[in-house]
Amino acid sequence: MSLSEHLPALLVVIPLLAAPLCVLLRHPLYAWIVALASSSLTLLAAYQVLMQVRDGSVIRYTLGGWSAPTGIEYYIDSVNATVALVVALISTVVLVYTRAISQKQLVTDKHYLLYTAWMLCLCGLIGIVITGDAFNVFVFLEISSLSTYLLISLGTQRNALTAAFRYLVMGSIGASFILIGIGYLFAATGTLNMVDLAQRIPEVQESRTILVAFSFLTIGLMIKAAVFPLHAWLANAYHHAPVFVTAFLAGTATKVSLYVMLRFFFSIFGADYSFAQMFLTSVLLPAAMAGYLLMSLVAVYQTDLRRMLAYSSIAQIGYIVAAISMVSVTGLTAAMVHIVNHALIKTALFMSVGCMMYRMGHAHIKSFDHLIRSMPFTVMAFIVSGLSLIGVPLTAGFISKFTLINGALDRGWWLVAASVLVSSLLATVYITRAAEVMVFNRNRVGHPQPSGMNEAPVSMLVPMWLLIGLSVYTGINGTETLAVAEQAAMQLLGGFE
Amino acid sequence: MNPIWAVILPLLVIPFIQFFGEKRNNLREASIIVTGLLLFLVNESIYQAVINGELAVSGEFVMMPGLSLALSAEPLGVLFGLLASSLWVITTVYSIGYMRGHNEQHQTRFYTCFAIALSAVMAAAYADNLLTLFVAYEMLSLSTFPLVTHAGTDAARKAGRVYLGILLGGSIGLFLPAMVWVYAMTGTLDFVPGGIVNAEQFGPGLWVLLALFVFGIGKAAVMPFHRWLPAAMVAPTPVSALLHAVAVVKTGVFSLLKIVTYIFGVDTMLATGISEWLIVFPAATILIASIIAFSKTNLKARLAYSTISQLSYIVLAALLASSTAIVGGGLHILTHAFAKITLFFCAGAIMVAAHKKDIRELDGIGRQMPITMLAFFIGSLGIIGLPPVAGVWSKVMIAQGSLQSGEVWILAVLMLSTLLNIGYLLPISIRAFYFAPPNAADSEHAPKSEPAAESEHTSDAAQQADSATPATAGHSVIQEAPAASLWAIVMTATLSVLLFFYPQPVIELLEMIQWR
Amino acid sequence: MSFVASMYNYWIVIVLMMAGLYILITRHNLVKKMIGLSIFQTSIFYLYISMGKVAGGTAPILIDEAVQYSNPLPHVLILTAIVVGVATTAVGLALIVRIHESYGSIEEDEIRVQEAEDAQ
Repeated sequence: MSLSEHLPALLVVIPLLAAPLCVLLRHPLYAWIVALASSSLTLLAAYQVLMQVRDGSVIRYTLGGWSAPTGIEYYIDSVNATVALVVALISTVVLVYTRAISQKQLVTDKHYLLYTAWMLCLCGLIGIVITGDAFNVFVFLEISSLSTYLLISLGTQRNALTAAFRYLVMGSIGASFILIGIGYLFAATGTLNMVDLAQRIPEVQESRTILVAFSFLTIGLMIKAAVFPLHAWLANAYHHAPVFVTAFLAGTATKVSLYVMLRFFFSIFGADYSFAQMFLTSVLLPAAMAGYLLMSLVAVYQTDLRRMLAYSSIAQIGYIVAAISMVSVTGLTAAMVHIVNHALIKTALFMSVGCMMYRMGHAHIKSFDHLIRSMPFTVMAFIVSGLSLIGVPLTAGFISKFTLINGALDRGWWLVAASVLVSSLLATVYITRAAEVMVFNRNRVGHPQPSGMNEAPVSMLVPMWLLIGLSVYTGINGTETLAVAEQAAMQLLGGFE
Repeated sequence: MNPIWAVILPLLVIPFIQFFGEKRNNLREASIIVTGLLLFLVNESIYQAVINGELAVSGEFVMMPGLSLALSAEPLGVLFGLLASSLWVITTVYSIGYMRGHNEQHQTRFYTCFAIALSAVMAAAYADNLLTLFVAYEMLSLSTFPLVTHAGTDAARKAGRVYLGILLGGSIGLFLPAMVWVYAMTGTLDFVPGGIVNAEQFGPGLWVLLALFVFGIGKAAVMPFHRWLPAAMVAPTPVSALLHAVAVVKTGVFSLLKIVTYIFGVDTMLATGISEWLIVFPAATILIASIIAFSKTNLKARLAYSTISQLSYIVLAALLASSTAIVGGGLHILTHAFAKITLFFCAGAIMVAAHKKDIRELDGIGRQMPITMLAFFIGSLGIIGLPPVAGVWSKVMIAQGSLQSGEVWILAVLMLSTLLNIGYLLPISIRAFYFAPPNAADSEHAPKSEPAAESEHTSDAAQQADSATPATAGHSVIQEAPAASLWAIVMTATLSVLLFFYPQPVIELLEMIQWR
Repeated sequence: MSFVASMYNYWIVIVLMMAGLYILITRHNLVKKMIGLSIFQTSIFYLYISMGKVAGGTAPILIDEAVQYSNPLPHVLILTAIVVGVATTAVGLALIVRIHESYGSIEEDEIRVQEAEDAQ
């Protein structure tokens, strides 16, 4: 077998091997190099994998040659190949960025732990995405979650610890619910392989066991994906974690959980069972709508940029969930597109906030008077990605909004379309509110500012603008993203091969 | 000529603007004027192509499957492109005098944003589909926002918030869904002669769609979405003149004309009669805005409300949807542009030369600034629609259009509005020439160095502040605005008059619009 | 009654699960919360293991007299889940130690008071 056939395994193995290597090296710089190298390799592998499945084919990789259902298999189609690519991309870009800011925010002897946890988290996230085994999802979920708790607890202030602890409690409950759900599925069908599950569930779908399994999985996944009203952990975690960790998580963690949702609802249970028989739409849609309306509103009143963006993230997750509940090709396309686009946008936004914190040491909107004078590139980055978040044309956000509203109108859901727009308007408010302070406020007394140019290091600006460039590019030329997303949507609705 | 050049050209000047900066401001402004002239030539060659029946289209850039960015020239767009590019040159000349005379800060940023705005206007003018138009529309909102908040004061930022809130809110909240709706129903967004909307498919939803467009395009300032325009008057006068009398607001009404002609189709509009009740809004706007203009004593505020009223003429023309009315609407874009920019230039000139912006202080100012006030008079005639200024033609055509559509009451609205126009515009010129200046004994002119407070207030706030300061100068000696500004005023006033005698080329161009 | 008796293993699971969740929600002491979480997780282990039991089956070892085996897969799975549970507990307790170091308390209401002071 050539190397390219083993790419799916490499996706997980590379970061998994890098993690202990980081511990062994114990040196901040070397650990960073190892982490960056392995993340880049993962990115490369993920890109190759996506190219392999781009024609609509499916990779079924059996670990150790044990064929399913005895062994564990990796099942890769355009859906998860896309998500894996996004995860690897965000991880790599943010790692480049992290070097400079972590030196400032983290004591030296903790650096190797940061990169170790990072690699484990990456391994877990990629594993969740590409595995074709339901129990494996749980295992990888816990690998990523446990390392995430560590990453969050690295925050500079002591409330990072409590935020991490609360996330640990919520996260464990969510994961346990998922575990219970998977257990019931196994009890009813006797298999854990996703493809097998999809085949056997229709035979027993009337049973109460499946019903219970479905309910537990839904709640568990909603917790992990921070779907309103099970979102409470996210704001604290994103706020108090080190900002580079938040940048990494904002683009990856919730997106991966949303992917698992898609996989279970559509591929395993089947759209017909989940939405026609279980009325999932009537659960998800109100939650999503309330989520994006309320959370956008809450974001308007935040005084800390990180918290504002955290609430905005919950709102954006609401868009994706609303798109999922449309159960149509356009709806799922919108969901996939927004998973990708929002990952790019929100990571870039958190990175720009990180640049501000690098110089200012905090993220209070009020004290960023006329920041554009000293940090023009950072502020421009914030504004451009903010516009993308709002959904101004020629940015990635516009493509998302367009497909989302198109999907809603397709289903004749006027109210959804209208409420998405209202929420976009709220996004306009909170973004311009912050941008206005940075651009137009004159310095006030009591907020002394370094005079002259005082930009963040180039090693932080370059990766940030790289992401922004990417999101603007996908906004101007959305053909490719949409094509991949549409293929993914078809594959989701079509079930397993 | 490929219309893409019209979009790119204004952007090409930005590196020059940045490079020359504040230190070499003569070179900076020269580069803008040269670019402006080139842009005019580009538009002129597109015009020739259209007149000769040639196609002037850019390549298509696919943004999403089924959606693309594309430019093409058609009569309405050519007219708008020519108008905006020619006035850009004149306004730049005018700004040289104004901005320096006024000691404005951040002039480089000012000219940069101006160039981006112009590029957006060109993109809107030559948009080949609704998506391109929308993109250009948003680009214009965002690029003019820094111009409105130029002064950076609290008042300016508050005005900026109103400005962005209404324009962006309208476009995202109403324009965007209307566009997606059209796309969801028809599968295309291309501008096609005769329209792409199928009346049966939409059913009664069609008038909702039209309402979304009319109100969503906030730049057309149909009440109740008009508040941004008076707010935007805190901007420096050249901005008010070019953008808020011509480019921005005309992009709004121009978009509506295009949407009615190429998305709905004149036939569909007439056959379904969807605009019958909607037409009340522009009609009401015409009257209400004129009445409000009466009550404003700040000159720029009065002109702003006059603009709102005049814009609704064009919205009205679009909604009447007869070919005569739409040609009249297109013509009105042109005639009103020349007349209103003249008025704004004059307002700015008075501000620079005499430091006055309250109408009650302008008594007798005609003696100090005869050329300016003469131009003001000509501009007023243009707005009112009296010969020998071009405004009369467009008003006549819109009136004809209303008769064609059988909406006789519109005629009454138009006549009443004309009376109101006379009421709030002519007295200014009359008092300027025939009334004695206040405090005639005090013939000292206000010192030039006196800081002008114009940009530090919203129009309303300015009004109060001004009425509090006593008039400081008499007008016995001739003291006009800087030569550059004066030249621009004379140019636009002359063009207004010329257009009265030679409206034919414009009408011929507009009659080339393919209705079906 | 037979319903209760024949399903007694599930009843145990439910009781444990609810007890765990109850502790988790009502206790303010962070260590007690961890205990609740552990009980909650353990109940899931029972769920899996009892599910793998086949009536009359023996442990899945290759011996001659065995006729029927219990399903070994749930045991294997739960071995993983136990490891995960231990890891979670370890991380949680480590966090509690750090919280105690920086707040001087492991009572949630006292920590909240201090957090509110931090925010000001």
